[in-house]
Amino acid sequence: MHKESKIRDPLILGNKTYHDITKDIARPVEGKANKYWWILFSLSAALMLWGFACMAYTIGTGIGAWGLNKTIDWAWDITNFVWWIGIGHAGTLISAVLLLFRQKWRMAINRSAEAMTIFGVAQAGLFPLIHMGRPWLAYWVFPIPNQFGSLWVNFNSPLLWDVFAISTYLTVSVVFWYIGLIPDFAMIRDRLDKTISPMRKKLYTLMAFGWSGRAKHWQRFEEVSLVLAGLATPLVFSVHSIVSMDFATSVIPGWHTTIFPPYFVLGALFSGFAMVETLLIIMRKVVNMESYITIKHIEYMNVIILFTGSLVGVAYITELFMAWYSGVEFEQYAFLNRATGPYWWAYASMMTCNVVIPQLYWIYKIRTSFVATFILSIFVNIGMWFERFVIIVTSLHRDFLPSSWTMFSPTFIDIGIFLGTIGFFFVLFLMYARAFPVVAQAELKSILKSSGSEYKK
Amino acid sequence: MKMKIIHAIFDDEQDVLSVVKDLRDREIEVNEVYSPFPIHGLDPVLGLKETRMAITAFIYGCIGLTFGALLIYYIMISGVGKSWPMNIGGKPNFTFYHNLPSFVPIMFECTVLFAGHLMSITYLFRNKLYPGATTTSPDPRTTDDKFLVELTYTDNKDDIIALLKKSNVTEINEKDEI
Repeated sequence: MHKESKIRDPLILGNKTYHDITKDIARPVEGKANKYWWILFSLSAALMLWGFACMAYTIGTGIGAWGLNKTIDWAWDITNFVWWIGIGHAGTLISAVLLLFRQKWRMAINRSAEAMTIFGVAQAGLFPLIHMGRPWLAYWVFPIPNQFGSLWVNFNSPLLWDVFAISTYLTVSVVFWYIGLIPDFAMIRDRLDKTISPMRKKLYTLMAFGWSGRAKHWQRFEEVSLVLAGLATPLVFSVHSIVSMDFATSVIPGWHTTIFPPYFVLGALFSGFAMVETLLIIMRKVVNMESYITIKHIEYMNVIILFTGSLVGVAYITELFMAWYSGVEFEQYAFLNRATGPYWWAYASMMTCNVVIPQLYWIYKIRTSFVATFILSIFVNIGMWFERFVIIVTSLHRDFLPSSWTMFSPTFIDIGIFLGTIGFFFVLFLMYARAFPVVAQAELKSILKSSGSEYKK
Repeated sequence: MKMKIIHAIFDDEQDVLSVVKDLRDREIEVNEVYSPFPIHGLDPVLGLKETRMAITAFIYGCIGLTFGALLIYYIMISGVGKSWPMNIGGKPNFTFYHNLPSFVPIMFECTVLFAGHLMSITYLFRNKLYPGATTTSPDPRTTDDKFLVELTYTDNKDDIIALLKKSNVTEINEKDEI
């Protein structure tokens, strides 16, 4: 058996047996939802419906319903898109990269992080879809012959790369998630009593795909997980690099920089981990996972946030340096205007939330506190939204012709759609927390005897 | 002589490892081990061959790469590209290799798309997993906290039982071969 050093902190707290893990993970699925769940769910559902109404209005009347103008023709829609895609990155990263590095602490959080990925990418996908104006023609983005209405797609365009990258990312993430879920659905299937809940038993039997836990199946399971992790890792990096190329391959000062791919990937990891923390700190309380999602897990994530946050800070400063060093006055103006122009407040919020505030994680007491982490993670979520807003709107609002210079102000439809996607995201996540095993229990059982607190004495 | 089956149930994966090793040392056939999670080190003890899932992923990845390259070659260069020549951003579409850098992202995505999905489908096929299939595990507790070792025997039953009893077995159930 794998031995672990005694001084390493345990990852599973309390005197747990394999059967206790089964009971704890199955409890939220078998039990009834509590009051807090219903309150959160109703609020999110209301927001979601409001967002749907705003989307319907946009599709009915056209994109003129948004605050866009001739100069700033990309604003909240693409900001929200990149923000959601960024959030959608930590899930597959946690599962894939941490699996390749054999980090055991991933096991308590990977399932929820992957769920967050899938739900986050689904929200992201809504924005290009409604921005098309006629979403029923969305199939034009696929490589189909001219007879279908559109022209053949252009493989030189980063926007088409995006279509391929995001659809690959979404579907591969779903598969990765589901392969891991099969044994856990089987666990729930085998616990449910046919006489008490015949419908549920049928549903979980359907979803468990007939898993029986044979040795050969486990052997294949492990290899498939490893290979999927190996495929998903470069995929995670490629997707956000390609998202950054939507900007970097254009000629707009402020966008046309080669630092964008690594800078966007880091920013995505940074914001993704922050969102994982926001969700898990609430979830561990609501579905009683305190023994599995411990302060140690939060601390590990805080260390990654500190690291990626500092690198994002280096990227911001590098951008400023390169603008100055390039000697191109338009480039210099774009960055000077970003920091000191009419949108200085957006730039200042970005710098404060993303670079200054995460530095607090150097302090041990802060990075090992649930309350402090929760508050700081919200700051990071806000800061990363501002980062995208700053990149997109401040680069556009000073156009090539000074007569076109203008400002952007969102309409209530813009705001409604954004809030709607937040509501939709939480609706999906809350439903997931009630119906799915929220922790990868099979994996967790395999580390119980090396990392459980009772076994480390 | 009629084949009979013994189901030996254990509480700990280490006991399974040692008992399977003992049984196989005495040339007693171990049919199958059902467990709630993968037992590391069991495959060689049980005599399982290495799985070839990774090889299939490599093959599917190669197919994906070829598919992506041919798709782009047809649409941008040879077929459609001949009828609608395009010059986008100073990147004329006369030859494949001139445009290659901007074709790399989609060729990569196609590789991952094919490798990931087709390997997963192969995995489900090989394990006979599909929506609605019923479990073949003889005991539902094997997805919870029990480890089940399935043995077949013909005439050496007493030896097997004695051997099992020396280990930390919690239950021994006998069944006729169906």
